[in-house]
Amino acid sequence: MDKKAIPIVICGQVDHGKSTLIGRILVETRSLSNGKLLEIKKASADLGKDMELAFLLDQLEEERRQERTIDTTQVFFKTKKRKYCLIDTPGHVELIKNTMTGATQADIALLIVDVGQGVTEQTRRLIALFELLGIEKVLVAVNKMDLAVFDRSRFESVASEVELFFSKSKLKAPLIIPVSAKSGENVLRRSQVLRWHKGPTLLGALDSLECPTQGKDKPLRFPVQDIYRVKKEVLVLGRVASGRLKRGQDVIVLPSGKKTSVAEIRVYAKQKDLAVAGENIGVVLKNSSDIKRGDVLCQVEKAPVPFKRFQGRVFWLCDEPLSRGARMILRCATQELSCEIESIGDRMDPSALEILEKEAASLKLNEMAKIILKTERAFVVEPFGSVEELGRFVLESDGQVCAAGVVITGLE
Amino acid sequence: MSYLSDLENRTIYIVREATSRFKNVGFLWSMGKDSTALLWILRKAFFGAVPFPVIHIDTGFKFPEIYRFRDEYSKKWGLDLVISKNAQALQKGIHPKFGKFECCNLLKTEALKQTIRERGLQALLLAIRRDEHGIRAKERVFSPRSEDFTWNYQDQPPELWDFYKTRLEGEQHIRVHPMLHWTELDVWKYTLAEKIPIVELYLAKKGKRYRSIGCALCCSPVDSRADTIAKIIRELEKTKVAERSGRAQDKEDTYTMQRLRSLGYM
Repeated sequence: MDKKAIPIVICGQVDHGKSTLIGRILVETRSLSNGKLLEIKKASADLGKDMELAFLLDQLEEERRQERTIDTTQVFFKTKKRKYCLIDTPGHVELIKNTMTGATQADIALLIVDVGQGVTEQTRRLIALFELLGIEKVLVAVNKMDLAVFDRSRFESVASEVELFFSKSKLKAPLIIPVSAKSGENVLRRSQVLRWHKGPTLLGALDSLECPTQGKDKPLRFPVQDIYRVKKEVLVLGRVASGRLKRGQDVIVLPSGKKTSVAEIRVYAKQKDLAVAGENIGVVLKNSSDIKRGDVLCQVEKAPVPFKRFQGRVFWLCDEPLSRGARMILRCATQELSCEIESIGDRMDPSALEILEKEAASLKLNEMAKIILKTERAFVVEPFGSVEELGRFVLESDGQVCAAGVVITGLE
Repeated sequence: MSYLSDLENRTIYIVREATSRFKNVGFLWSMGKDSTALLWILRKAFFGAVPFPVIHIDTGFKFPEIYRFRDEYSKKWGLDLVISKNAQALQKGIHPKFGKFECCNLLKTEALKQTIRERGLQALLLAIRRDEHGIRAKERVFSPRSEDFTWNYQDQPPELWDFYKTRLEGEQHIRVHPMLHWTELDVWKYTLAEKIPIVELYLAKKGKRYRSIGCALCCSPVDSRADTIAKIIRELEKTKVAERSGRAQDKEDTYTMQRLRSLGYM
């Protein structure tokens, strides 16, 4: 039976070997078409280089000339156990918005650390980012073991450094695996030169991770995406964010608080009795007057309380700093509303995993903080840990995304 | 949820997001398997009737089977079909033999630009996939195009979770890519499961079939005995031949696709 390809993001400091490791994985899992390696060889030779595995994903001419990944990309491979979608990301701090673009699509993160360099600023920043984005399944590949003559003590000293920084976050201690992307040791094949490593190979470790399932067992949340009129009938369109929606069920429309019930669930020409998390459906309600995009249909007995203030944690992505008192556009699920930054606390430099200020007047590019936001009206907001879709948000200004955020809690 | 249903659901969310956020939407249909699968999903997403124009960029050099398929199904499915041609270039006698880059750019990209302008389209749905070409793999789901239609691939906006760029701020239009997450194999499995009609060129005749279809002069068939979709799926599960290996333009130069796409090509 076919299963969904599991999205896995690969991140690390520039030059720690991400693109090479991806190239290696594609080669070892035989995921490349004929001609692809030849094309890479030719493109490498044209630039006067030996074969660069990194060119498999670094497809832009500028990326190859400058030897750096500019933007995130995705590629598929499969092991004997399952299919994966590997998301490559750039390692330069100035391209973190592209790294973030890749990371928000992933269930698993693969963090790569050069054994010669150990944990760097970018490594620490990425640990903070995984924690923020709620990516709990993290694997660490300690790469370039070939350059460290496959030395156990050098691996162990980097591994303990990695563990130290993970222990400063809320993330669990990750599996840490020594590899050489360049020569392929311990990626798919067990390696003689790494006999001292008793743990799994990289792909073995990947296959052993369990993946999060969609929140079918959580309370119902159905953010309204659009209203569609088909033959005089009003269809409320949306995707079930969590839980289940049953025909005949009573629901409460938030933030208005009106109660109604589900008359029908439609998918194309068919009717359904039940829809679960992840399904896009059209709902006919007993009473759909005033309903609009941004409303959230909820289970009556476990309905959240709408808030006009909340505390969240954000990563700031704009050159222009965020100031206390600034007005922004907040997007959370399909809700979109204007908001004001009431306070900025625990300003943090994620590259050091250290708090710089308890209370701050502004937040600079690539910094993180806990902020309190006041919105123009009450809306549905929930802690990221309970319903992800209503617990994550972006802040925009002039149509540009300025921050990624997760909700800590709603505030009275 | 089955894996095909998961893929389909993600696509439906994206296309509904496009129509919810933009007034003037268009969809590019090449009659190839990917855009036909997307068209199928659009019909499902909008309960039978596609609520925006379905545009065919017609170079005049397509296979006759493609034109027949277009005419048959646009009628059957009640589509608002728009045929987009760069009449001026065709009059001048533009032909792939004078250069494929020039030909693609004038007959496809320029024709598309004219239609986008004439119709005032704000969002254009295209069925490109990440796995078909490394340059396409770099795309966003909602990808802005500037005033002169260029794709600024060196500085794309962040696209976090499924918060897409749904506001035009000085950009000309947004390219929406609802099939980016599908693979070639996924599309065939879906086509089989849903019994979606396809252009017969994909099925093997006399030991040859087309794996990717477009202009008759620039596509060559591959060796194959796959004369049913089920056999195509079995063939693709084993093959090491690239999908677009039969496409001429990709071969000329490693960066041709990049140059074409930066100018507004699909």
